[in-house]
Amino acid sequence: MLQVEKLRKTYGDLVAVDDVSFKLERGQMVGLLGPNGAGKTTTVSMIAGLVTPDRGEVLIGGVRLKGDTDPAKRRIGLVPQDLALYDELCPTDNLRFFGSLYDLQQPALDSRIKEVLELVGLSERARDAVKNFSGGMKRRLNLAAGLLHDPDILLLDEPTVGVDPQSRNAIFENLEALKAQGKALLYTTHYMEEVERMADRIVVIDHGRVIADDTLAGLHQRVPGVEGERPSLEAVFLTLTGRSLRD
Amino acid sequence: MLIPLRAMIRKDLQIFFSDRRSVIMSFIAPIAIASFFGAIFTSSGSSAPSRVAVMIADQDNGAIARSIIASIKADSALAVSVVSADSARSAVQNGKTSVAVVLPPGFGDAAGIAFITGSHKPELQLFYDPSHSAELGMVRGMLMGHVIDAVDREMFSGAQGRVLAARVLATFDSAGMPPAQQERFRAMLDAAQNLYGGPAQSGAAPVGLSTPYTVKETAATSDANVAYNGYAHAFAGMGVQFLLFAAIDLGVGILFERQRGLWKRLRSAPISRTLLLGGKAASGTLITLMTLLVSFAFAIVVFKVRIHGSVAGFLAVSVATALMASTFGLLVASLGKTPSATRGVAILAVLLMVMLGGAWVPSFIFPAWLQKVTVVVPARWAVDGLDAMTWRGLPFNAAVVPTLVLLGFALLFGVLALSRFQWEEA
Repeated sequence: MLQVEKLRKTYGDLVAVDDVSFKLERGQMVGLLGPNGAGKTTTVSMIAGLVTPDRGEVLIGGVRLKGDTDPAKRRIGLVPQDLALYDELCPTDNLRFFGSLYDLQQPALDSRIKEVLELVGLSERARDAVKNFSGGMKRRLNLAAGLLHDPDILLLDEPTVGVDPQSRNAIFENLEALKAQGKALLYTTHYMEEVERMADRIVVIDHGRVIADDTLAGLHQRVPGVEGERPSLEAVFLTLTGRSLRD
Repeated sequence: MLIPLRAMIRKDLQIFFSDRRSVIMSFIAPIAIASFFGAIFTSSGSSAPSRVAVMIADQDNGAIARSIIASIKADSALAVSVVSADSARSAVQNGKTSVAVVLPPGFGDAAGIAFITGSHKPELQLFYDPSHSAELGMVRGMLMGHVIDAVDREMFSGAQGRVLAARVLATFDSAGMPPAQQERFRAMLDAAQNLYGGPAQSGAAPVGLSTPYTVKETAATSDANVAYNGYAHAFAGMGVQFLLFAAIDLGVGILFERQRGLWKRLRSAPISRTLLLGGKAASGTLITLMTLLVSFAFAIVVFKVRIHGSVAGFLAVSVATALMASTFGLLVASLGKTPSATRGVAILAVLLMVMLGGAWVPSFIFPAWLQKVTVVVPARWAVDGLDAMTWRGLPFNAAVVPTLVLLGFALLFGVLALSRFQWEEA
């Protein structure tokens, strides 16, 4: 469903993403892992059309994504790392606005808003100003905004940063439900257990390059266990990317 | 395309109206400051221009000095009070009056004699406030007319004039003037005394040589019966200023949206860059236009400001100004990096723009070179256009050029914003 082909992006002398390729199929979640500054967010931004790659291409359903107004962008839903919401507005008004950007119209728009608010458990707060929400509620609404236009591919950039375990668990349940519906999910995070729990395949990026693209089991096989114990994903990650700090 | 555009406008209006305190300030601030400036530039609601306060100290007390003071007092452009010389100087020094005139002892007689002989001219002492030097020039010019009128009137028809003339005639011999010239002078003075010195008709003012014209002052407003209303210019100037401040809010708001990651969401939607900035420009135009129109509505109701020119022209200039301001806001967003740093620089730019645009004081009082230079300042066209449609009472034609120029600025700002905008959202 999503195919990333040899993407490259530089900022001056800095090579942010270099020759990155991977695939994401329907009903699949790919975990995109990497240390800080590895190029995860730049990769996601290029897929979402926020950043123009210097080279390479993004294919949606086999068709190259081109230009700001490419209708294929409707098949992508972005859940950015920032809480990209208007605090002054209520969830309904936020979602009405974001839905209108995808040409959603009444009454389908209101019906869809109701569905996504139910999914993320915010139906009862649909008319409250977002500025009064907790971090977890905002994260769930952030997810709802990305889902509103019913995209086939969901790009999730660290969607659980700073949320309490309850909201985090609720988000996982939402994502698992979406996966079960056949959505393709690309998930970037620093939390290894999230990827272990949900990802079907894991792509590890470091210094802008893909250094591993495998299943969880495949990654485990790359690092020898200790005393017959299977190594943790974190141990695998540190083995692949090294232990030097990446501030 | 219309659905996202409408949604962007509706959302920005919702956000604008969601902060009631900010909304009230958006409307109250321009009204309050424009009212203050209007009060300064309006002469108590009367059509007469404000009078310059002048203090006069009469140390002479002669007929000519009294005549000079009477003449000055009758001048509608001056508000005269007669005080002592010390009080006059002290009042100027303390800033209570701008100019003071001291008629020294013997001034009138010396002036009368100097009027004929051209020598030994007496000195008139003027004290002036150096921060009001323009008023010094004005008073000096008026004073000259009043002194000449009073002296020649007295010399040719007054009792004191006859005494002085006789004294002058008596000095000719001792002055060594050639006999032929003495004769011609004596003949002229005798003729003047004979002409004007006969028994005065009852109630007739003494006559003599005088300034050969009078002045009829008419304020060139929209109609002879329409007084200049200083609030009209003040509301135009302050309206444009606060409209540009609202534009800064628009630009800084975009930068805040970027900081909050909202532009990632906007850019990930399948809509064009032109539409994204066009939506912002449209909502910005509506909000700034509303600010301007509410201010003028207040001025119309409270200060009786009227659109004496074309209403359509007024609306055209207003819309073009609002569009120019909102695209200026986009330019601010496209050139700015962080919201706080951008706000500071943008406020400075706007203050310069409105100052040079004549929003604080009318541009016609600028030096000629500055008036020429400021045609590149959009605020100048906005203020001049609104002035033309309000107190100047000019027809629609007078709104066309300002409107087109403002639309040109809007286009320029919009194109620059589109090309310089940071579109990549990494």
